[in-house]
Amino acid sequence: MPETTSLPTIVVVGHGMVGQRFLEALAKRGTTGRARIVVLCEEPRPAYDRVRLTSYFSGRTPDELSLVEPDFMERHGIELYLDDPAETVDRTTRTVTSRAGLTFTYDTLVLATGSYPYLPPVPGRDATGCFVYRTIEDLLAIEEYAKTARTGAVVGGGLLGLEAAGALRGLRLDTHIVEFAPRLMPVQVDEGGGAALLRTIEGMGLTVHTGVGTREVTTDASGAVNGMALSDGSVLAADLVVFSAGVRPRDRLARDAGLRVGERGGIAVDERCRTSDPRIFAIGECALAADGRVYGLVAPGYEMARTAADAIAEVAEGAAEFTGADLSTKLKLLGVDVASFGDAHGAAPGCLDVVYADSRSGVYKKVVVGADGSLLGGVLVGDADAYGMLRPLTGSVPPVPPEQLVLPPGAGTPAALGPASLPDSAVICGCHNVTKSAITACATLPEVKKCTKAGTGCGSCVKVIGQLLPAAGDGGLCGCFPHTRGELYEIVRTLRVTSYASLLDSHGREGARGGDGCEICKPAIGSIIASLAPTLGLSGHVLDGEQAALQDTNDHFLANLQRNGSYSIVPRIPGGEITPEKLIVIGEVARDFGLYTKITGGQRIDLFGARVEQLPVIWARLVAAGFESGHAYGKALRTVKSCVGRTWCRYGVQDSVRMAIDLELRYRGLRAPHKLKSAVSGCARECAEARGKDFGIIATAEGWNLYVGGNGGAEPRHADLLARDLDDESLVRLIDRFLMFYIRTADRLERTSAWLGRIEGGLDHVRDVVVNDSLGLCGELERLMADHVTGYRDEWAQTLEDPERLSRFVSFVNAPDAPDPTVRFVPERDQMKPDLTFLTLEGVSAR
Amino acid sequence: MNTTTSGAVLQLLLGEDWLPICDRSALIPGRGVAALLPDGRQAALFVDRGGRTYAIDNRDPYSGAQVLSRGLTGTRDGRAFVASPLLKQCFDLETGRCLDDDAVAVTVYASRLAH
Repeated sequence: MPETTSLPTIVVVGHGMVGQRFLEALAKRGTTGRARIVVLCEEPRPAYDRVRLTSYFSGRTPDELSLVEPDFMERHGIELYLDDPAETVDRTTRTVTSRAGLTFTYDTLVLATGSYPYLPPVPGRDATGCFVYRTIEDLLAIEEYAKTARTGAVVGGGLLGLEAAGALRGLRLDTHIVEFAPRLMPVQVDEGGGAALLRTIEGMGLTVHTGVGTREVTTDASGAVNGMALSDGSVLAADLVVFSAGVRPRDRLARDAGLRVGERGGIAVDERCRTSDPRIFAIGECALAADGRVYGLVAPGYEMARTAADAIAEVAEGAAEFTGADLSTKLKLLGVDVASFGDAHGAAPGCLDVVYADSRSGVYKKVVVGADGSLLGGVLVGDADAYGMLRPLTGSVPPVPPEQLVLPPGAGTPAALGPASLPDSAVICGCHNVTKSAITACATLPEVKKCTKAGTGCGSCVKVIGQLLPAAGDGGLCGCFPHTRGELYEIVRTLRVTSYASLLDSHGREGARGGDGCEICKPAIGSIIASLAPTLGLSGHVLDGEQAALQDTNDHFLANLQRNGSYSIVPRIPGGEITPEKLIVIGEVARDFGLYTKITGGQRIDLFGARVEQLPVIWARLVAAGFESGHAYGKALRTVKSCVGRTWCRYGVQDSVRMAIDLELRYRGLRAPHKLKSAVSGCARECAEARGKDFGIIATAEGWNLYVGGNGGAEPRHADLLARDLDDESLVRLIDRFLMFYIRTADRLERTSAWLGRIEGGLDHVRDVVVNDSLGLCGELERLMADHVTGYRDEWAQTLEDPERLSRFVSFVNAPDAPDPTVRFVPERDQMKPDLTFLTLEGVSAR
Repeated sequence: MNTTTSGAVLQLLLGEDWLPICDRSALIPGRGVAALLPDGRQAALFVDRGGRTYAIDNRDPYSGAQVLSRGLTGTRDGRAFVASPLLKQCFDLETGRCLDDDAVAVTVYASRLAH
């Protein structure tokens, strides 16, 4: 390719996690604007989250694993060549040539080629049915082959081996793990930790063979794998074999180019990640760091990316250096927490172990303490919650005796050690090297993530970050209650509290008991009681009894208050489907009452400008025509939008309108911590914009994909895939569980997107709870929803039947028929609008 | 200070006269009602859990809309308040002072329950 630019050229070879991080670091330093940047990527897709590869089997799509924002390359003018790896580097001409024959002249070359899976030299390792587990393409190939396989074996019981075993198990294969060392994860955990891990993994139905090697992969007549001969003489039948016996640095380009490499591989670099050629850098798993080690974890790779970017951008002050990294790690393998930090194996002279083990629950915790009492390292299996606290304490003398570091809370220990006791310099987020003081400078978790990136890597530190941030006061809902909304939900549910006043008097703060509460907790608790009403045996009507006083004006008058004191009305139009007759009724009502009409974003019609005393009259007409409340005024299900689907559209693969109507009718009237929006698209073209909704459904050839946690509004967020290819019944069951779990645990006015971002474990946790029933809650969640569905009544029809309720819809208590003279309208574009000048004549200026 | 009595009538002091507005039973604790006054002004009337009545001008000074009667009431530091249903500014029911802005206040009317 001809070189026409006068800007210096930086060529990056490899676009994996570390390569992408390096590009981001360059962009952050402004280098992308001052240089031509060319990236050669061997894989057919941009950088993705290799660490979470296995999450593909719990529903993440390859796209969702991507680490690259869609417009990142364009925005920074980076040229990315996919599916075209670098073949040769010529240092004399300073050129890189790709497999497709493109040649680039570099001023600076960055090698981020990563590593390749190590294949032990056993006969048969290349047979059909043998795989490695490194890329999305490997994974897709395994998935395809597994369709005809029943038994799978993984060679290697280390970190990657267990990941691969998780993948095979996800593919429903009878799974074996063969590890040469006497225990699983020999590098990270000690004997006790390995034993705890072994028990838990065998309890899941996997078969583990430790202390044996693979002698040969055996094949059938067609050359396909049919088993393995092991070093102890035994034979293991298997249709599929995955080699996960470690990785080796990919240093071939560097070797061929004559750069210095280590004896056991790895491109030798200095503290600034420079190779023996000062124009060439190497970062990540292909590099042999200045401390003589090759790092196979992502956090050190990120650190090297930062270091090289500093050097290339010629950062003058405080430029990063990479002199080695902590190998601490916390992982969830096959659903088991495993963490290892510092001197996990107690190699330091004179050190002592403090161990807690509970075989029943599969928990093993060990800390290694130095002769001077300082914490040197440790291993946690089965319960790694303490990792976020212990890792930053490593190297210092803990403020509590070491046994308290491993004993479970409450086991004869005083208050557990809190993150408040950590020094300011303690590194809380190992992935991004963020200290406690940088975190405490922020006010909220979103702010921490935005300003420091802490918590956005592996996520293991999020809990500790939460504990470091100033709680909103004491975390209570408001000045009246010291409990969160989730706690209050549990109190109402378990104690069957049916009145706000009794809840305030029994569970309110000391000074608030006996009082009138406040505008924050009243609607929040009104909503909780309404959500649980069918279960508590209440009628559930928001206007009934004491409930009436809890509702915001919108819920009180079952309409939306507008700025001049008038209300708007939104009848439910399920799925956006409406007959001409009903359309005519809406038109007639609007005409007869002089209402302003507008089509909403949720495929409904909003009628504006009704006075309080007109609401029942208008609704009498609407109910008679078959309309129901659309709950546009409530923290409740709003609409389920739909595209026209398979019935009409030539692309549609499912009947999206029918599904949208079914869902809207099922969840109508459901009170939630915030409003709920949904949509159903009939094919992947996604015309209903389902991924912008709290729960969105997209049709597939096989059924439905369910996405959750989407949002439009001020902070748009695409919904995440919760489960794929569901049939109708499974889809509804999963939505039932998801919504009820959200209602149960979300904070007040917390949309599903914020809730997913806040709760510990995020989407994976929610999936565990609602798909895998990890908390054993699903039965109850489904019952709660069934109660809601049977208990549903149209609020407006009920209101019209009840003179007591109707008596509230008056303009003035002493002149019920007199319209409010200040609600006035002026014409605009053939309709009417509020006369605001009249209202503001004597007002203070509004915001 | 008044206490709840069945059959009682809520009155507002306008000038020197007590004007009857409505039966006590028309008020729910925590929820207001609006009243139209002879001079065209509007009042927002409230009763708290203890049975004490309050009356302030119904006009939300921020929007100009006559909506304060439709706000939610509460107790903050032992004092009764109403939150405007539009932009949620809070007003002390005894003094009319806006709790979010010292420079803003609404008119307060004396109220009582009479038989």
